[in-house]
Amino acid sequence: MTLLIDRFVRGNGPGDGSVDALVASTAVPIVEGDRVTFLYRGEADAVKLWHAIFGLPTFQPFSRVKWTDLWYLTLDLPAGSRMEYKLLVERDGARDLIRDPLNRQTAHDPFGANSVCYAAGYQVPDWTLADPEARPGTVEDHEIDAKAFGGTRNVKVYLPARMRLTRRYPLLVLHDGNDYLRFSRLQTVLDNLIHRLEIPPMIVVGTQSPDRMKEYMADAAHASFVVQDLLPALEAAFPVAKDPAQRGIGGASLGAVASLSTAWRYPGTFSRLLLQSGSFAFTDIGRTYRGPVFEPVVEFVNAFRARPGHPAEKLFVSCGVYESLIYENRSMAPFLQSTGMEVRYVEARDGHNWEAWRDRLREGLSWLFPGPLWMIYE
Amino acid sequence: MRTVVLLGPQRLRPTLVEAVDRAGVTGAVAAVTAGWQEREDEIDELSAHLRRPVVNLGLHRRGEDVLARDPEFLLAYGDLLDRRRKLQDLYRIRLHHAKAAVRDLLATPHERDLVEPEVEHALGALRALDHDHRQRVRRMDEAFDLEWRLASRPAVAEHREEVARILAGCDALAIAGGHVQVLLDRLRLFGVAEASGEKPVFAWSAGAMVVCDTVVLFHDSPPQGAGNAEVLDAGLGLARGVVALPHARRRLKLDDAPRVRLIAQRFAPARAFALDEGARVWCEGRRVEVHTARVLLFDGHVMDVGPA
Repeated sequence: MTLLIDRFVRGNGPGDGSVDALVASTAVPIVEGDRVTFLYRGEADAVKLWHAIFGLPTFQPFSRVKWTDLWYLTLDLPAGSRMEYKLLVERDGARDLIRDPLNRQTAHDPFGANSVCYAAGYQVPDWTLADPEARPGTVEDHEIDAKAFGGTRNVKVYLPARMRLTRRYPLLVLHDGNDYLRFSRLQTVLDNLIHRLEIPPMIVVGTQSPDRMKEYMADAAHASFVVQDLLPALEAAFPVAKDPAQRGIGGASLGAVASLSTAWRYPGTFSRLLLQSGSFAFTDIGRTYRGPVFEPVVEFVNAFRARPGHPAEKLFVSCGVYESLIYENRSMAPFLQSTGMEVRYVEARDGHNWEAWRDRLREGLSWLFPGPLWMIYE
Repeated sequence: MRTVVLLGPQRLRPTLVEAVDRAGVTGAVAAVTAGWQEREDEIDELSAHLRRPVVNLGLHRRGEDVLARDPEFLLAYGDLLDRRRKLQDLYRIRLHHAKAAVRDLLATPHERDLVEPEVEHALGALRALDHDHRQRVRRMDEAFDLEWRLASRPAVAEHREEVARILAGCDALAIAGGHVQVLLDRLRLFGVAEASGEKPVFAWSAGAMVVCDTVVLFHDSPPQGAGNAEVLDAGLGLARGVVALPHARRRLKLDDAPRVRLIAQRFAPARAFALDEGARVWCEGRRVEVHTARVLLFDGHVMDVGPA
């Protein structure tokens, strides 16, 4: 296939052959089969693509089309991929990392926003979009007395639509709950999956740590907070099921480490684990290449690998193939399966980001908490 | 002959009152909302919509009362549910292979005259499997009824009498959706089909499913599993020769011809109807009049009948 940019460079572009005509003729980035072409217009000394795809150079230089202010870069991007990126524009010694001005698709995270490229075949899942037919649940703020840390902690509590106090609802504790709500559309996802009967009406509690780089690193105090402070408070305030089979804990990145660590320290408390892109750093010899900050995690994961026990019944483990943690997660998946726990391991052509985690929620939640889809026709 | 009207889901676009008016029902309507389980009493919207007296039969509450008052029966009923679940699991194992055979055959590129007889045989095996399963579930339930003398258990008899008395004062029966197994069990436990005589029945969602000959559970794209439609049980048989497929726009891939063909042919001679909002299918005995619905055809196409 001759790419549009190649035709343009050869003087055989769309319309009158001008840069204006090219840019007006197509969505940017230009997706053609497994090839994606990024464009930038403007005066610059150099333009580079910044991305976090593991295995590729982090900065990839654009080429300039002679006699124009158009810059371009073509990459391979397999079907189904989703890629977050920015552009580094260098001019007169200044370096600006910006979102792609020609692409309106963005994804947000706690650090701001990135541009997003959807490869052929990727579609934003419809269950992540607001559905006017779905009855909306509510999200409440609650303060929890945190004896494990001293002081109090705030949590977000998602309550399903039409909740009844006479019923008992499955419970999921989700680390970084604010971020799941803001960047992974958690409330919309829960509303939709409940409406579609793919998960049961359930209560989801989002924790948010003021120091996740300490508390989510397999910290004993955090596990104590979740099990000995948070759970009793939730059981006192909300109609949550007390049966561990209806109780789950989960999170992404270090949130997944905190989840596994909590379940491991208190086996049988949580039967369901949602582990997304877990930062499961471990070593077989020597120290971790990830640096000293990861040593508490390594210590935990190594101890877990030595004595896994049976902390839960069902685990949903997911990871993006474009993130460095794919090595750790691919290593952990068969190990987890070997312990006798029921494990579903899923990979996606995506990175370490909140929309990747959002996109796996349907499969993960509906597997951990199957809804009454087959029996209810309302 | 009893009139049975199958309607599309009522939550977003209620059409029940039009059908009730059209049937000439002027008196009170007995409502069955047992499928809503603990929400059974929330019938304010339904009452307002119908603009005529509505009496809630309270079948879910009555069922709970029977189980609470009869602990021996409660345990036995729990065992029955457990055995039913196991039987359904066993059926699914066979179903998986039987359906795979039909699908594989439909996908083969060989000459049509070679393939079609094979498809027909595979469909026959699938129909036989569905039939056997339905019979086994019925036999299991009938044996349970006999062993536990349902009709003569005091709590059941008392509620049956009350239900029959209420029904005698109503001109029609409206059966809402919800949990299909709960709904079917409660309707059977309190003998609603028999006690309602020839009164017209209006049914939607799970309600429409349970008044047919066979209750078919279905979803073409569930988040887990293959999405094999399966027979749950025999229905009440009030709407004859019909398979009700409510909420089809969310549950069925009606643009997938092999899937449509498979459903249409598998449940033949019954006709399969996709019942979305606004749907109305009028049944009297074996006569079926489609006012508004989508009909699944043997050739894999879907025929729209009536106004959109």
